Amino acid sequence: MAGLADTIIQGVLLGGLYALFAAGLSLTFGIMRLVNLAHGDLIVLAAFAILALASWLAVDPFLALLVALPLMFGVGFGLQHVLLNRALGHGILPPLLVTFGLSIIIQNGLMQGFTADSQRLQAGAIETASVSLGGGVTVGLMPLATFGSAIVVILGLNFLFYKTPLGRAFRATSDDLEIAELMGIDHRRIFSIAMGVAMIVATVAALYLGMRANFDPTIGPARLLYAFEAVIVGGLGSFWGTLAGGVIIGLAQTIGAELNPEWQILAGHLAFLVVLVLRPRGLFPRALD
Amino acid sequence: MASERVSANAASYRLAVTTRPSIALAVGSIAFFGALAALPAFAARDLIQDLIFVFYMLALAQCWNLLAGYAGLVSVGQQAFVGLGGYLLFALTIFGRLDPLLAIPLAGLIAALFAIPTGLVVFRFRGAYFAIGSWVVAEVYRLVFAQFKQLGGGTGTSLPPFVTNEIAGIEWVKALFDVRTPAARDIISYWIALALAAGTIAAVYLVLRSRRGLALFAIRDQEVTAESVGVDNVRTKLGVYVLTATVTGMIGALIYLQKARISPDAAFAVLDWTAYVILIVVIGGIGTLEGPAIGVIVFYLLQRYLADFGTWYLILLGVIAIAIMLFAPKGIWGYANQRFGLVLFPTRRRLVRS
Repeated sequence: MAGLADTIIQGVLLGGLYALFAAGLSLTFGIMRLVNLAHGDLIVLAAFAILALASWLAVDPFLALLVALPLMFGVGFGLQHVLLNRALGHGILPPLLVTFGLSIIIQNGLMQGFTADSQRLQAGAIETASVSLGGGVTVGLMPLATFGSAIVVILGLNFLFYKTPLGRAFRATSDDLEIAELMGIDHRRIFSIAMGVAMIVATVAALYLGMRANFDPTIGPARLLYAFEAVIVGGLGSFWGTLAGGVIIGLAQTIGAELNPEWQILAGHLAFLVVLVLRPRGLFPRALD
Repeated sequence: MASERVSANAASYRLAVTTRPSIALAVGSIAFFGALAALPAFAARDLIQDLIFVFYMLALAQCWNLLAGYAGLVSVGQQAFVGLGGYLLFALTIFGRLDPLLAIPLAGLIAALFAIPTGLVVFRFRGAYFAIGSWVVAEVYRLVFAQFKQLGGGTGTSLPPFVTNEIAGIEWVKALFDVRTPAARDIISYWIALALAAGTIAAVYLVLRSRRGLALFAIRDQEVTAESVGVDNVRTKLGVYVLTATVTGMIGALIYLQKARISPDAAFAVLDWTAYVILIVVIGGIGTLEGPAIGVIVFYLLQRYLADFGTWYLILLGVIAIAIMLFAPKGIWGYANQRFGLVLFPTRRRLVRS
């Protein structure tokens, strides 16, 4: 019984990480209908940025994160401003191919800069610390912090979306681009800010990705797929749905791994396909697109 | 060829599809095909091997072009069917003891059977989401095939010599060209690759010229409108999806007959079997039949002269993909077409004065 409870708790907490991967993707889907195939690679890029900053400034990853956050906002803003805005609005192919090209460039650029070696963000004692929940079940502090961060990020995004003027502009652009333009909103600037915010979330995700396990330049596409699955399972347009989606993928993977370590990833993908067949619009859909 | 009289007021018009260059091309390409088929008599073995690569990449590119350029199905998961075809070739020849020449078409047919349920699942995604959805499905294929311990599991396996050395007709090829077994194997693979490339171009062209082709153009241009004038979008798309899966499965079988070694990571590689293929199509010109042929030549030259630069080469490919999409989204052929009005594989119906 303790074994089962343990598996479920691990799965739910892993879902927090996947929700962090997914929240940024959900944001760009929602506001600009951009399916960013480089999202996973941008998370990995952020992880390398934290790694480089931590070793350059000789600080721990949490402090390096504070420097990496504005940096990655700039990367996202710049990318959208220079590249992605030009690719939007001419059908589905240009954004897909531009971000696919970007994915290849980031992967190989990181390979060139950091080699293919596995890296890890060293956080010290907190990595192995754990708390007991009673009944023989203990959870690591790290997974707990990841899940907590996911909730904070989603609360933050919901606040940004529904309580601030910027969020109003986000929603207006998402609902009807032309009308938003008529109201004096510069949608290109809104898109660039949105991508910057998405990269801030991606950088938080990168911190936990890098502290949880080894990473190397090639692991981006798999993170993109988990993120995508969480978004679709949760239903487009709802950040809490994305968290639920992440939890479902995390649970499926943990339970799959419990049955056979080789089935971990496969179980996640299969759970995703099952939800898709049964509920094509996801579990908690909000947007129609 | 396909012309019918249309009675207009005074002047008489007819509906035409062919253009003068297209008739010249039809005649020329038959001669070209014959010359390519006879090439092993003169060419060195490494040229034959390079051409096998060019032909199967061309066939894959034509398939992806039909999917993305005409049916609007931008798939990032075609590696599912390349890998499936490759694994089916291994299973059919090793366990079924079939001759590879028989196993290749059979692999295509089985791939078609897999494509129907797969298509029904991925068609739940619209537009851009289809891209990632098809990628997830390809990952499922890879992870499932990694479970088959008889076929080497996650590390893969090699084709035993009894398969590779006893292809039907190999003795005849050895005698005809006076070559050893490995070279004779390459020649047979070369012919299959040539036949697949030519067959794919012919098949795609015939589909586009047919009624189904008109439906596809309608879907490409405006999906909702197409539906409203009576096009069954899902059926048309599923038809294209299954057709391309069949051909892609056969190509995968050929690729892994030629490589004689398979592993899940290589056979279901998104870079080799989808990213490169997409690049070929967009360089040449998406939504044209001529584009992939031009794209594959450009890609071959890039690969041949720059692949040694490793990561820098791949970064360059990424930059090219982005640059084409931003500055010349119709690719080389689209540009030529716009500039000079040159059409070699005409699919449009035009009214001409007769």
